[in-house]
Amino acid sequence: MSAGPRYTLYHPRWYRRRVSVWWWLQNRSYTGFVLRELTSVFVAFFAMVSLWQLRALAQGPETYGRFLARLGTPLFLALDTIAFLSVLFHAITWFNLTPKAIVLRVGGKRVPDWVIVGSNYAAWLVLSGAVAVVLLRG
Amino acid sequence: MGRITPLLWLLFSAGGTVAALLFPVHLFLTGLAFPLGWLEAPSYEFLHRLVTHPLIRLYLFVLISLPLFHWAHRFRYTLYDGLQLKHLTELIAVLCYGAAVLGTAMSVYLLWNLS
Repeated sequence: MSAGPRYTLYHPRWYRRRVSVWWWLQNRSYTGFVLRELTSVFVAFFAMVSLWQLRALAQGPETYGRFLARLGTPLFLALDTIAFLSVLFHAITWFNLTPKAIVLRVGGKRVPDWVIVGSNYAAWLVLSGAVAVVLLRG
Repeated sequence: MGRITPLLWLLFSAGGTVAALLFPVHLFLTGLAFPLGWLEAPSYEFLHRLVTHPLIRLYLFVLISLPLFHWAHRFRYTLYDGLQLKHLTELIAVLCYGAAVLGTAMSVYLLWNLS
């Protein structure tokens, strides 16, 4: 018995009970999980807005002015509000999960979870402050 | 695919960390506080001078590209699990990572040519 079992990702011939596409609405923790996964859509959205901003900056003051005007429209204000809440949710869940992903040991002792989580929040505060200071100076 | 999975995980977690640490403040300022006039927005001249600095270019490259790979990875699994599209594994992976590569290429092009 040298050969281990062979795993397949998907096997269409096996019997599987049909699960509704909305399976994640039946349980609060499933809903939280899917919402957390969907925050990535707004992460991508803001990365694209940043690309757009760079292109506008490269093209000159008039184009940049039009970019700013677009950001002030109700559509973009609404999208940015949802996106801001999403990335906030992403940040909080991400920071709180790190002790589960990283087990740090110092001198043979495991660093307590709250130290890892706390340093994440501290870094968040410092970096956010630094970005704000730079952007508000101009 | 199997051989680059660890790399994709690394990009996912690096991008997730960048997005968690930096996106809230950028989105709040650029998306809400400046357009709504809560805080005074930086001028075009100031921003233009800022983004031509080599270190800021590097910062913006990291800020844009890594979170795109974070999205690609997460969204790929959301589509598999959420919409039960496991039979489209390869197509979805190509579309998601392809979009992230495209966005990264665009950021390199823009940042390289800024003057």
